[in-house]
Amino acid sequence: MAAGPMKMRASLGAGFTDVRVLMTHPMETGLRKDADGKIVPQHFIQNLTVKMNGKTVIDAQISQAVSRNPVFSFRLKGGAKGDKIEVSWLDNHGESAAIEAAVA
Amino acid sequence: MRLIAFAAALFASCAASAQDVGKEIQRYRPMVAAGSPAELFELPGEELWKKPQGPKNVSLERCDLGEGPGVLKGAYAHLPRYFKDADRVMDLESRLLYCMSTLQGRSRDEATARVFGSAERPSEFELLSIYIAGESRGVRIEPGMSQPKEKATYELGRALYFHRVGAWDFSCASCHGDEGKRIRMQELPVLYKPQYARPVIASWPAYRVSTSQVITLQWRMNDCYRQMRTPEPTFGSETTVALIHFLTVTARGEPYHGPGNKR
Repeated sequence: MAAGPMKMRASLGAGFTDVRVLMTHPMETGLRKDADGKIVPQHFIQNLTVKMNGKTVIDAQISQAVSRNPVFSFRLKGGAKGDKIEVSWLDNHGESAAIEAAVA
Repeated sequence: MRLIAFAAALFASCAASAQDVGKEIQRYRPMVAAGSPAELFELPGEELWKKPQGPKNVSLERCDLGEGPGVLKGAYAHLPRYFKDADRVMDLESRLLYCMSTLQGRSRDEATARVFGSAERPSEFELLSIYIAGESRGVRIEPGMSQPKEKATYELGRALYFHRVGAWDFSCASCHGDEGKRIRMQELPVLYKPQYARPVIASWPAYRVSTSQVITLQWRMNDCYRQMRTPEPTFGSETTVALIHFLTVTARGEPYHGPGNKR
């Protein structure tokens, strides 16, 4: 599948919030060849941002070493029920996607 | 004598590292089990379920998966089962094929032209399986076992599991027959024993991390027979359904917790 839907779950623990996010992305390394023997160009997520109530809490740079359709989980300090968590990514083609959910 | 002692020590260290690898794999499993990319395919699966297709241009929404037309909740956990309208035991995929032909008016050849997909483009059966199975999370696995044809299918599946075939004279039990066996890093569950079948069956269909693909039980049966070097089994055939039924009955009672992850 091409870059597309994301899924996220944010659950509250004792003094922390666990965020788990699934992303649809081909994460092409640029090393693979297609059926015609041509190199499939690089296409991967470069920046990953996690915001909690609008404030950036994680700003990550990732590379083509991460698998296709990546799954990330983060443990954030604090948090309360209903807090807004936003996760977004930006890839090397300039495409992006975002998702938000309330802490449950 | 010293050589024997050396060989014994080498053997012991190999056994120890194999055990460590096993432990590491056990540690890795719950880590990846927490989030399966299979979930990403539920949405396109739902869209496909509701998409009008075929000569009759209708969706599959009125398809009866055993709980009544269009009822998805818990339907997967109660398959395979006997269907009176088709007069045979069906698993999810053979039932979907039946609905594609009866409801949508599609031919078998057209509907089964591409049953196993790719990472870029999963097949219809793969997307639908993920969506429908996801509607059974938390429901206990309880395939049909009261009708005479269900019992006959179970018996056939059990016989097939131990029946050696093909150029290599393999049966399912050749690989999945003894405890503690593995191929490279892959442990081989003894699937005729409930304690091994339960966690395995409860996580199918699944997302395979190494190939980024959605895989179904029909694919698993097909690929096992390929590895056994037999002729390719027909999609949704009596053989594949019987094996799936036998394995699912062996796993009954387990709460369904898929769609899961496979390495």
